[in-house]
Amino acid sequence: MNFPDDLKYTRDHEWARVQGAKVTVGITDFAQDQLGDVVYVELPEVGDVVKKGETFGVVESTKAVSDLFAPISGKVVEVNGPLVDAPETVNEDPYEEGWMIVVEASDPKELTELLDAPAYRKFVEEEQE
Amino acid sequence: MRYHPHTPGDVRQMLDVCGVSSISDLFRSIPARLRLERPLDVPAATDEVSLLAEFQRLAARNRTEHPPFIGAGAYAHHVPPVVDQLLLRGEFFTAYTPYQPEIAQGTLQALFEWQTFVTLLTGLEISNASMYDGASATAEAVLLATRTTSRDKVVVSAALHPEYRKVLSTYLASTGDEIVTVPYGPDGRTDLAALDAAVDDRTAAVVLGYPNFFGVIDALPEAAAIAKRGGALAISATSEAVSLGLLQAPGALGADVAVGTLQSFGNGVSFGGPAPGFLAIREGLVRQMPGRVAGATVDRTGRRGFVLTLSTREQHIRREKATSNICTNAGLAALAATIHLSLLGKGGLAHLARLNHARGKQLRDAMKKAGFGLRFTGPTFNEAAFEVGDAQAVVDRLAKRGIAAGVPLSRWYPDDPRMKGALLSVATELHTPELIELFAQSVRE
Amino acid sequence: MANPTGWKPSMEKGAAAGADSQENGLMGATRGLAMEEPLVFEQGSPGRVGVSLPPVPAGADPAAEIPAALLRGEIAGMPEMGELEVVRHFTRLSQWNWGIDTGFYPLGSCTMKYNPKSSEALARLPGFAGAHPLLPGSMSQGALELIYELERSLSEVAGFPASVMSPAAGAQGELVGLMMIRAYHVARGNPRHKVLIPDTAHGTNPASAAFNGYSTVQLESGPDGRLHPETVAKAMDEDVAAIMITNPNTLGIFESHIAEIAAIVHAKGGLVYGDGANFNALLGVARPGDMGFDVMQYNLHKTFATPHGGGGPGSGPVGVAEALIPFMPLPVVVKEGETYRLVTDPAERPSTVGKVREFWGNMGMFVRAWALIRELGPEGLRRVAELAVLNANYVRSELKGHFNLPYETETLHEVVFDDKLQKDAGVTTMDLAKRLIDHGSHPPTVYFPLVVHGALMIEPTETESKETLDQFVAAMRSIAAESKANPEALKAAPLKTVRARLDETRAARKPVLRWTPGMKVE
Repeated sequence: MNFPDDLKYTRDHEWARVQGAKVTVGITDFAQDQLGDVVYVELPEVGDVVKKGETFGVVESTKAVSDLFAPISGKVVEVNGPLVDAPETVNEDPYEEGWMIVVEASDPKELTELLDAPAYRKFVEEEQE
Repeated sequence: MRYHPHTPGDVRQMLDVCGVSSISDLFRSIPARLRLERPLDVPAATDEVSLLAEFQRLAARNRTEHPPFIGAGAYAHHVPPVVDQLLLRGEFFTAYTPYQPEIAQGTLQALFEWQTFVTLLTGLEISNASMYDGASATAEAVLLATRTTSRDKVVVSAALHPEYRKVLSTYLASTGDEIVTVPYGPDGRTDLAALDAAVDDRTAAVVLGYPNFFGVIDALPEAAAIAKRGGALAISATSEAVSLGLLQAPGALGADVAVGTLQSFGNGVSFGGPAPGFLAIREGLVRQMPGRVAGATVDRTGRRGFVLTLSTREQHIRREKATSNICTNAGLAALAATIHLSLLGKGGLAHLARLNHARGKQLRDAMKKAGFGLRFTGPTFNEAAFEVGDAQAVVDRLAKRGIAAGVPLSRWYPDDPRMKGALLSVATELHTPELIELFAQSVRE
Repeated sequence: MANPTGWKPSMEKGAAAGADSQENGLMGATRGLAMEEPLVFEQGSPGRVGVSLPPVPAGADPAAEIPAALLRGEIAGMPEMGELEVVRHFTRLSQWNWGIDTGFYPLGSCTMKYNPKSSEALARLPGFAGAHPLLPGSMSQGALELIYELERSLSEVAGFPASVMSPAAGAQGELVGLMMIRAYHVARGNPRHKVLIPDTAHGTNPASAAFNGYSTVQLESGPDGRLHPETVAKAMDEDVAAIMITNPNTLGIFESHIAEIAAIVHAKGGLVYGDGANFNALLGVARPGDMGFDVMQYNLHKTFATPHGGGGPGSGPVGVAEALIPFMPLPVVVKEGETYRLVTDPAERPSTVGKVREFWGNMGMFVRAWALIRELGPEGLRRVAELAVLNANYVRSELKGHFNLPYETETLHEVVFDDKLQKDAGVTTMDLAKRLIDHGSHPPTVYFPLVVHGALMIEPTETESKETLDQFVAAMRSIAAESKANPEALKAAPLKTVRARLDETRAARKPVLRWTPGMKVE
């Protein structure tokens, strides 16, 4: 299972790529594997405000549906529109092409609360038991 | 007992394998004080011969010698015997929900065909795999509208079937949404001025019957336009589905959702149930649609097949966030309608619809000749409200002769003095011209 | 119930592996000539018709009375087939289906027992099938008497003073149950906001609760698969309207603490709702009304053998305790002297929650259920539960060791295994299920209840013979062995069916929900 070192993670199995004030968000390799084939993704609109820990969308597979939780608070500045027509991208490339939203972080302090790759890997291993 | 195959030898062997000495040991986990210590107080067992006689006696206490002149939401039509013979095939009849699609392609393809028929009849793009009945389908359509628009008010025509309205208000009592009812005019159609005044930016949907409870073809295009102006969804409800073989499709007239029942096809009136409710929507609403839906796909060898799909809307996955708590659909009733519609086809459906309209006209002419005019002036399909004086007395008098005359409208509209003498009656292809004549004479005498 | 087939291209490998589709399955599955059959919309020819109707009389021109904009002609796309074409179409479609009449159908929680054919004949008597729901009372005494007698017997069997007959299915019965519970609390001045639901519950439970404005509090069952009084006591307060319990629960285990749990809930003014999906285990042996339940929905299409028909229609009457009688939806059938009457006027029942469906209930199902109760009588009804429980325990004893049993606790009419013993070979519950098809059986329920990962829920029902169960056991043991020796064979299954595993992902990603001209499934 792949957990890139340059990303941050949450216990809800989202990843965050921090680039200055902009944070790109998606779901991890573990999450897409658990879900199975993704068939539909529901994302917010550009301009929507998200709050850390609250849902910003939904990802569906044939057998399950999962809320997407914002890792940080802020304003949505970009949305990966093509995902709606090609939801399989989330399975095939969860960390690059499968990105979901970009958020302009309103509270940089929240970034320190995210897990780093080794901590997330440990969390996943513990959950599996 | 013919359904229980176990011989005493079977039971002994099985108890041995289970490692217990008697069947009651297997119920150990039920605390003794909770166990029933007496036999059930239900009638003693009987055999099939006696059972048949008993049920025939019961059935004979229902007067069904003549086709009923009652419509009002359930319509007696001719069901070709071939429908039942196909329906009763054990592989259809005794199958369950198609959770294992490889061994349920019969059910699934038939559902796909039902869905297609519903879209053809309603002129809308998507249909689900059937609902419990027309009334609950209407309630579910309204809930779809409130979810989609995030609004909390629905405007309903007083000419919509009273049972549908009652069910709607029961469902909405749980959600707290507001129902506003607008009156009908002397033509029997919804009062459009009142409708326009009632629709505002809190309105999620407008609902009217098509045809409505009075058998009148209601003003769907105008009502849909009013709804659209207000940002609300237009919902049409049809309980006499044969009318859709003659009348313009609700979707073509501006309806966003069409609901009702297809009981008129393949299903008898059966004292009110079961029957296949339907729900059709325009494309954009699919993720909010309640109920099961069958979709086409391929198997791993590339052959086309069908599966239940979009399941993540439903209760077994979404649980408390489901679009509805619906689990079962109306499988067999929907299959009966699908078979009947396949037999009717393009020409047969148009013929049946025109024939029903003609019978409706013959009924109106016969009643006019006998001295009974119409309560409403609006155009009708096969059902209409007649001014007969004392409608209840007419019903009671004809009941003694085994004729089900219709329903007195005052029963549902007690506050409208114009309804006092109104009798709602229908004529379908089951009512011969001679029977219609006899009926009109009987009403007069 | 979840159905995660989810075909992946990686399964292609297993398709080529040595799975022999020529051998007969251990439950009798063999070769057969099946026919391909397109949609009705893809066949026929212009001008064909499959019905015989009286002619349309001259002189009735719809256009003379109805505005042209409200009329249409023949509907493009409707099929045009002769009667024989239609007969062959549906005959062939039926041959692709597995029904109880075909063979074993051990779907847990669905109670796939034999559907008596005499019930069909009785439901089709013209006096029932042709009775209009709005017939005057004097013309429908037979129907009303039947509904009344059935209601009396159902109430007696379940231990309640009265039952609501109108709900169209179990889920609607559940909705009614919760509506009555809400009305009860509103009448007492504290509507309350929460409903307690164990983790073993059917998905309709939280959905119905949410619909009635309640938030769900999930309760964890114990390691023995039972709900424990302490768990309930911790969660119970005066903001809880009700607890919803299935008994026996979806693990097939009797909730033996039910009386204590009911007392805890009642003590703080809450009510106990029972999901009667598993009522088959209790008929004549124990009654929910005696255990402390205040309201419980029955499924006539499960316990009382009315046909499942490919997914419906059902019928979900609801038993109610005395305190909830005022809130019962209308109508109810009452007996006055020797006459039966439908009470439909809310003025007679001012506290009624209203109506959940048009007319009175699924009469077709009532006739069938009453026919079964009449033929079985008190001893026969009790025998149903006894044999259902015997059959399930027999299967459990014979499969133990071959499949993992997640709970050691005693079970009644159904048993849940999982795929733990087959996991190391990469075989899942879905693979086990598909392989069973090739032997000649419908699979058990898979992936439900959710508390067991990879659940396989088996409910034989009382109408299955020991021979059938022995064949089932042999087939399952063979699959267990095969999962170690040749797991690829399971991955490729089913092989004998008219279609191989279907791509559910494709169906959900690019939904094609109706036929259109030139329809292509990409």
